[in-house]
Amino acid sequence: MLALLPSMAIVVADLAAAFLFLFGLKRMSSPVTAPSGIAYAGIGMVVAVLASFLYALSVGPEAQAHLWVNIGLALLALAIGGGLAWRSGSKAALTAMPQMVALLNGAGGGAAAAIAAIVLLGGVSAPAALVVTLAGALIGSISLSGSLIAWGKLDGLLKQPLRFKGQQIVNGAAFLVTLITGGYIGFCVLSGTEPLLAMPTVIAIFFALSLLFGVLMTLPIGGADMPVVISVYNAFTGLAVGLEGYSLQNPALMIAGMVVGAAGLMLTLLMARAMNRSVSNILFTNFGVAPKHKHSKIEGELKPVGAGDAGIFMRYAKEVIIVPGYGLAAAQGQQKLYELVKLLQAAEVTVKFAIHPVAGRMPGQMDVLLAEAGVPYDLIFQLEDINPEFETADVALVIGANDVVNPAARSDKSSPIWGMPILNADMAKQVYVIKRGEGKGYAGIVNELFYKDNCNMVYGDAAAVLTQMIEAVRGLGKAAA
Amino acid sequence: MDISIAGLAALYIFLLAGFAGWVIIGHVPAILHTPLMSGSNFVHGIVVVGGIFALLNASTLSEQMIGFLAVALGAANAAGGYVVTARMLAMFQTSHPAKPARKHKRKG
Repeated sequence: MLALLPSMAIVVADLAAAFLFLFGLKRMSSPVTAPSGIAYAGIGMVVAVLASFLYALSVGPEAQAHLWVNIGLALLALAIGGGLAWRSGSKAALTAMPQMVALLNGAGGGAAAAIAAIVLLGGVSAPAALVVTLAGALIGSISLSGSLIAWGKLDGLLKQPLRFKGQQIVNGAAFLVTLITGGYIGFCVLSGTEPLLAMPTVIAIFFALSLLFGVLMTLPIGGADMPVVISVYNAFTGLAVGLEGYSLQNPALMIAGMVVGAAGLMLTLLMARAMNRSVSNILFTNFGVAPKHKHSKIEGELKPVGAGDAGIFMRYAKEVIIVPGYGLAAAQGQQKLYELVKLLQAAEVTVKFAIHPVAGRMPGQMDVLLAEAGVPYDLIFQLEDINPEFETADVALVIGANDVVNPAARSDKSSPIWGMPILNADMAKQVYVIKRGEGKGYAGIVNELFYKDNCNMVYGDAAAVLTQMIEAVRGLGKAAA
Repeated sequence: MDISIAGLAALYIFLLAGFAGWVIIGHVPAILHTPLMSGSNFVHGIVVVGGIFALLNASTLSEQMIGFLAVALGAANAAGGYVVTARMLAMFQTSHPAKPARKHKRKG
């Protein structure tokens, strides 16, 4: 009976971890309870990791001789991997979160793939376990290499999406060859035939092909679609972890992995809906390559205005809706923006923030960046809630956002973004657009909004422009007093 | 104690866990999507447990090397995912309790 205790303890710890993960994620559904949610999930992780060392009491006879070395290696790996990630995670700027998540996600996928490799090299014979392990190996490897490419794109290391003629055929062929290799491994193991090459070599080729496919699949996808890609790979890693959980007969991995797989799928679909595109369209077609015959249609001209004038106009408005985009974060202007907002609020102007679901480089990233600057979340509104209000708002202030306020999405069927839900900033009585220059947005499309009669451009770095606005509004306050 | 999760039971676990994930995430407001993504990213860091199991049972040098890699990567996933998520979530504040004096009208 006493000999059973360790494995009982592991089972209990794993169950507790699975429960804490679910409970923690549940608590993340409101900003009020969310911080405690991640804490609960964290406790679950610690419990599961501590309990996993009890596996040392029941290792197989061949591993017995290496046990102490292996325990040492495990502790060392925990310290190195965990320590490095903890350090870089606590230092990384919040604007760099998408890259960070991509990188960590790749690590998870790599870990799942590595486990699959050990299981495969050790030899699995049960058909179900074999198929599941192979699938986990494939998905984990794709997630690893794909996430690394996504990280490179988000970090600015890879500037242009790599596209060439017949790319989809090449990718399809690569995927097919990968599948055939995996199938061949399965066939050899199950039928007992000797593979043409040594088994470990075939397994290595399978992993190499899977990794290669992850790279090929991610390279042609544009930077604007990276949020969706990360979400897909997040789901992939979850799925791979769940599948390897079955290989290892560990319910905690199975549950946690599958929960994340489903959650990632849900998030991916939500995001795709926000961009009015299907997931397969995002992953397998080249978006925003060459928008055709766009330039001729636009009427009107760009009307620049001074930052100070725009600031003063807002000071005397009743309601101002701010549409922040990634350009604001790139200019590190969030703090300045909130300073301006507080001044306007003091002057009894109603100020609201309108956030597009895909603003920033990751869904919800703008929300996080505004929260970092101290903006209370009850001032922040999502697309469906705020869109009817633009019609009655006096001013829409667009900062470093472009495609998400392009009315072409509503009116122009030939536009690549046609049908995408946008923020109706153009319906406000007056629109100010703070922009670095006359460049195009991420999707490479000219924005009709900028040419409309009720729109004025405020050129300059967002932080600098906001500083000028603050000064102008402050100056007024003194004059009035 | 030999607890094995055979074919059908595994399918049930996958099905129910997937459903749970779907339902839970469906209720999260868009404002929390980034922390949520990194939070679920943290949760699959549980893979480190599988890595530890594999490494403890390693008997050849290649198994030890791959197992070491699995534990290091899994630990990075878990630790990094936690700290990043906790940092983001700590920043969300409401204007109501902090500044009770301010009138903030909210249209329904």
